[in-house]
Amino acid sequence: MSVIAPQFKLSEFIKSLLDNAFWILFLMVLVGLPALMIVLFVIELPVIDGELLTPFLAFTAIVDPTRILPVIHALMATDIFRVAVFPGFGFAALLAAGTIFAERKLLAKMQLRVGPFYCGKIEGILQLMGDGLKLISKEIIIPAKADKPLFWAAPVLFVATAAAFVSLIPVAPGWVVADIDMGLITVFAVIGFFPIITILSAWSANSKYPFIGGIRALFQMVSFEIPLILSLLGVVMLTGTLNLSEIVESQSTFPWIVFLPIGAIVFFITMLAELERIPFDLPEAESEIVAGWLTEFSGMMYGLVQLGTYLKLYAFAALFVVLFLGGWHGPMVVPPFPTEILTEGIVMGPVTAQIPGLPLFTQDMLNGTFWFVLKTVAVIFFILLPRGVFPRIRVDMLLSLGWTKLIGLCFVNIFIALGLLYAGVLGPGGLQ
Amino acid sequence: MTAELPPGLALQKVDERIMTLNVGPQHPGSGHMRLIVQIDGDYIVACDPDPGYVHRGEEKMAEYRNYILNIPHLERPVIHDSCNVLYPYVLGVEELLGIEVTERAKYVRVIASELNRCIYTMYWLAIYGIFLGHSTMFMWPAGDRELLIDLMEKMTGARVTHAHFVPGGVRNDLPANFEDVCLRQVNYFEKRIREYADIFYDNPILISRTRDTGVLSRQDAIRLGTTGSVLRASGVDYDLRKKEPYDVYDELDFHTNVLKEGDSYARSKIPWLDMLESCNIIRQALQKMPKSGSVRVKLKPNPKGKIGSVYKRVESGRGSLGCYIVSDGKPEPYRLKMSVGSFRNLIALPYLLKGEKLGNMPSVYWSLNYWPVEADR
Repeated sequence: MSVIAPQFKLSEFIKSLLDNAFWILFLMVLVGLPALMIVLFVIELPVIDGELLTPFLAFTAIVDPTRILPVIHALMATDIFRVAVFPGFGFAALLAAGTIFAERKLLAKMQLRVGPFYCGKIEGILQLMGDGLKLISKEIIIPAKADKPLFWAAPVLFVATAAAFVSLIPVAPGWVVADIDMGLITVFAVIGFFPIITILSAWSANSKYPFIGGIRALFQMVSFEIPLILSLLGVVMLTGTLNLSEIVESQSTFPWIVFLPIGAIVFFITMLAELERIPFDLPEAESEIVAGWLTEFSGMMYGLVQLGTYLKLYAFAALFVVLFLGGWHGPMVVPPFPTEILTEGIVMGPVTAQIPGLPLFTQDMLNGTFWFVLKTVAVIFFILLPRGVFPRIRVDMLLSLGWTKLIGLCFVNIFIALGLLYAGVLGPGGLQ
Repeated sequence: MTAELPPGLALQKVDERIMTLNVGPQHPGSGHMRLIVQIDGDYIVACDPDPGYVHRGEEKMAEYRNYILNIPHLERPVIHDSCNVLYPYVLGVEELLGIEVTERAKYVRVIASELNRCIYTMYWLAIYGIFLGHSTMFMWPAGDRELLIDLMEKMTGARVTHAHFVPGGVRNDLPANFEDVCLRQVNYFEKRIREYADIFYDNPILISRTRDTGVLSRQDAIRLGTTGSVLRASGVDYDLRKKEPYDVYDELDFHTNVLKEGDSYARSKIPWLDMLESCNIIRQALQKMPKSGSVRVKLKPNPKGKIGSVYKRVESGRGSLGCYIVSDGKPEPYRLKMSVGSFRNLIALPYLLKGEKLGNMPSVYWSLNYWPVEADR
């Protein structure tokens, strides 16, 4: 037979783990610590509790929890942490990277192959990093007749719009970047930006295949936005609010998918179309129009568009969880914080340490994040699955599906919601 | 402007609504050729296939090499189907040299050519899958093809370009224990390709995409001179293994798959049905084959053919494949001409694509069972 992956051996696996750990430690000591030292010498350090934070104090603070924990608490309360790290970009990018890896391995398993295997030693987990390095090191080629400012701006705008979408998603109680009362309307507004960016980038490339791909993307996104918005109308009618956090709160007993399954199915299908995933990947149909509206992108410009695509995938999956699967609600599985650490301290060999700054996160927040991530991963799995099963559909079939069948189903969904509301099952005086 | 043009040439007036697309030769959906497609919105107005990018001059090369040296390069047009490509040449040379082949060699040839038909069809099917955006259908046939390639490697010593058929039989006898291994692999292969129906041929999206697209009527199929699976998908019962049995095909019991629809779906399904039938043929041939005996008639060095011409044709993976050899009594053929199924099927493409949507282009194009390299020779 052809190349067969080596047999899995536990000893080899542990060896590779230790190997990776060694290299991480090695590089951290050799590169990370000197770099941190240089940074600490250069920047202007703040005054904390009446004494100037010198590099020496900063290093001691790292290993002294009583001093570092208030700093971390203060950091976590800032907006920049929310935007850049936890419910915002960093968290979403981590899930998006996980999605890319899972997609490759899952598809490989379905197609009787191994997928990424050698890069990173353990099942090819560093393949994404390698691909990123490759994309960065590639030359960026701009078509001679392209409209250069627009062509440059398109990938950046795409990532920015996807990141704006991510910022609207409530992950855990109180943990959302932008908690606005008109949350759902803002989501629609952000989604409305994608076709504009797509057609601008396609048109500015001044090339035939991107143009056809852009027109197809425009068709697809615009015609699927209507069923997308209509399918969410049922949820809005039952909850009576547009705030995403309040919509999650309203599902503490039942997720809306129990009452509005048709709306959930329509939303899922329109989601696939908005994400340009198989079977709706017409704007990037390889055998017809090369790579559609992405044809002329090269190097990191293509990488940015891919990053935006996967951020968008995470955001849509999270929106599905928020609207239909009850967001952060779920049975309490995270154990309560052991308060005796605060009162009696923990014994670490000869030292008994009392750490007053703990806990960093509340039990509610950890539990909420756990359930949210679990549900999001499940939805992402179902988004990835059709890629191994279905061929691509055609433009006319896509449009007839969007304009007739899905919109019809949306109205059925709205009537179900109205019926539930008037019968008094849900809404004021009902189950909720 | 017109004054600068050479005499006899005039500028063509182009409608501004029409966009001309060069699909190929550097396009994921073209193969080694170019399709000049004119589209009006999403509809194809005209399609002009432009083959010839991989022309190697096989026919001219054959005039400078003797009958034995011609074997390795004549199989190059379709390396996945190399036994079937050589088959008509070998049959023709045997008639010119007046050789009678042994019974066992005939059966070995049938087994090899049927295995090769499956290998070719799997490759074709893999590309058909990826042309429709179905990546699993690309990986599965490409992987399952290995089963039969292993068999061919045991049999001939090479994975793709076997050069196994020679005038007077086949190059080598079967290895020991080949019958059992072959039976086992072929049975498993048949079980695997039956699973393709679940993921591909019964897939509702595939059916809705390829049904009633690129319909080739029975009359048109005959008039345009198409052959092989394209002809049989249009309802013409035409299989050279049945109509003009060569070697031992008349002793084997098999049937020809015919579908009446003539659309892309039928054209894509016929090769798959043929593969199932090939498994049947291989099993029968393994059973009926004489268990021992010579597989190769000893030839004189540098054999000379009798003066005259011969035309032989076989049913290859892409349809009727003919070879016309003219001999003037020298060790080399005076003229050699191959009539290939790919080129005959390609002729139907402009007729089928006219008025189709752009999204149907890959499925109609590849359903014609066309191999660019074979068409160019």
